[in-house]
Amino acid sequence: MNGLLKVLRLAPWILFGACVLISFCGFNLNPIFIWLTLLSFVVELGLVAVKKGLVFYMLRRLGEALVTLWLIASLTFLLLRILPGGPFDEEKALPPDVKASIEAKYKLHDPLLKQYADYLKGIVTGDLGESYKYTGRNVADIITESVPDSVQLGIYSILVAYLIGIPFGVWAAARQGTWIDALLMTLAISGVAMPSFLIAPIFILIFCFGLGWFEPALWLGPAYYVLPTIVLGIRPAASIARLTRASVLEVIRSDFIRTAKAKGLEESKVLFKHVLRNSMIPVLSLTGPLVASVLTGSFVIEQIFAIPGSAKHLIQSVSNRDYPLILGMTLLFSALLVIANLITDLLISVIDPRVKMS
Amino acid sequence: MSEAWARLKKHRAAVISAWVIIILTLIAILAPVIAPHPYDEQFLDQVLASPNARFWLGTDSLGRDMLSRLIYGARVSMAVAFFTAILSLLIGTVYGAASGWFGGWIDGAMMRFVDILDSIPSLVLLILVKVVFDSFSLISEPEWKSMTSMLLALSLVSWVTLARTVRGQVLQVKQMAFVEGARAAGSSSLRMVGIHILPNIMGPVIVLLTFQIPANILAESFMSFLGLGLQPPFASWGVLANDGWRTLRSFPHLMISPGVAIFTAMLAFNLLGDGLRDALDPQMRGRM
Repeated sequence: MNGLLKVLRLAPWILFGACVLISFCGFNLNPIFIWLTLLSFVVELGLVAVKKGLVFYMLRRLGEALVTLWLIASLTFLLLRILPGGPFDEEKALPPDVKASIEAKYKLHDPLLKQYADYLKGIVTGDLGESYKYTGRNVADIITESVPDSVQLGIYSILVAYLIGIPFGVWAAARQGTWIDALLMTLAISGVAMPSFLIAPIFILIFCFGLGWFEPALWLGPAYYVLPTIVLGIRPAASIARLTRASVLEVIRSDFIRTAKAKGLEESKVLFKHVLRNSMIPVLSLTGPLVASVLTGSFVIEQIFAIPGSAKHLIQSVSNRDYPLILGMTLLFSALLVIANLITDLLISVIDPRVKMS
Repeated sequence: MSEAWARLKKHRAAVISAWVIIILTLIAILAPVIAPHPYDEQFLDQVLASPNARFWLGTDSLGRDMLSRLIYGARVSMAVAFFTAILSLLIGTVYGAASGWFGGWIDGAMMRFVDILDSIPSLVLLILVKVVFDSFSLISEPEWKSMTSMLLALSLVSWVTLARTVRGQVLQVKQMAFVEGARAAGSSSLRMVGIHILPNIMGPVIVLLTFQIPANILAESFMSFLGLGLQPPFASWGVLANDGWRTLRSFPHLMISPGVAIFTAMLAFNLLGDGLRDALDPQMRGRM
């Protein structure tokens, strides 16, 4: 019974790992599989929430996230509507009746409040309006078409960041004060200071033009995924390594570790069971800011590696003054960040033994 | 304070970084004197030259000396970063101090606004703010328009962390005995914040500011690299990297040299920030 429960608790992570592996190998991921993974996470979170008495807390956090998104949507809407100069004021002035009929098509003559109400209704029903530039295409379609590549890139990079950052951080902490520690921390601070348009060309020159292992552009399979993922993951990996080291050192010095050692627990058991578990909490709570930095970094990475993701559309929508697309993309990127913050908070509340019903 | 100074001087990496920053600043200020050529002079017989004795870092696709452009780029990049850091310091300090001092529902509302700004990825926010400034056509020259909108956008985006820190510090200091004493002696709110509280929270603010400058250098170069930033003739390091990226395969030095310049500046500011943090606030040692 207990064994079965353990397998069930691991199920979401196994599913998640499978999703990442399948998509990384270049196979098409069936959407049912993704929904199943999400569902299993929700079920697990729900179970833990009931067990720890956190149901109310989780629902409140969910509500807060929704309110934040609503406020962002409203602020952006207002911002773009009060701008002087309509989107159709181009250098070549349109005949007034043509302009009027275009504006009527996009319902720009409606009272502001009605436009706002329509806009909110559209968000809920998944209709973000027609793009000004790509006539006939709904912004929601542009998003669903481009977002999988961006999300893939982001998730790989964050995984790479943790897989590199945590082991190196722990290693540096375990060898505190030696040359290994000094070397690793020098690498880490260099990684923090490294702009992606320095490291990307160097990698492209070595691995694409020199060795011919990977592809320098587009997003079509494993050979295309490796370089952008690593280049985007380096900065977060470096911050994670620094934070992990600091956090492990702090936990090692704390009283309960001294107690654990004093009562004769094996060194390795103390390290893995007590030190790591407790020092991971600040590291995991960095996930929110990390997602923010990966989102920002992905703009440059998508540009350098010509990845057909969402960032490209936001940049183009700005120069085209394509307001529905700007609105949709702002909402998309904010939603990604808000969701990442929400998941981080919920995971922390599950892992951290100090978070109990409050 | 002298104690902190002594601690900082023992931090070797921070001292070296401080010197690097001073040298970079001097290069930026003295650009017209140091640069071997004017940054926009074209040598049409030397287009896309590799590094050689006359052009140490080669020339770009319009035959301009890359070293001179890098030196002038230091001017633009550093000036933008310093100026926006100072502006965001002003906004962040006033906002954070007001929020922390008034407390209650004002504090709640003000911090809620900060939370919302924090939920929009900074590059997206930067783009939005720039869109707004660009559409108010107050300035007609395109290069100054893009410069002012970049300056304002960067300062409006980066004050959030500062405001949070200042608020936290004000809340802490507000509880202390000497502030109680000053209040009992009849000091006005403004006077209290200005004279008694602000000097006490300068330490963490200086540290944050030192980390804000490299962040602004990077943000500006990202925007310029994406083509949403500065316009010629302002050639910041990001603009140079964007130019070089188009000829990466044949002439990688054009993209790598501005990258190295940004790396050096970022590394120096980050290391100095680490040193300052350890010196001013020993308890924070080793944290992010």
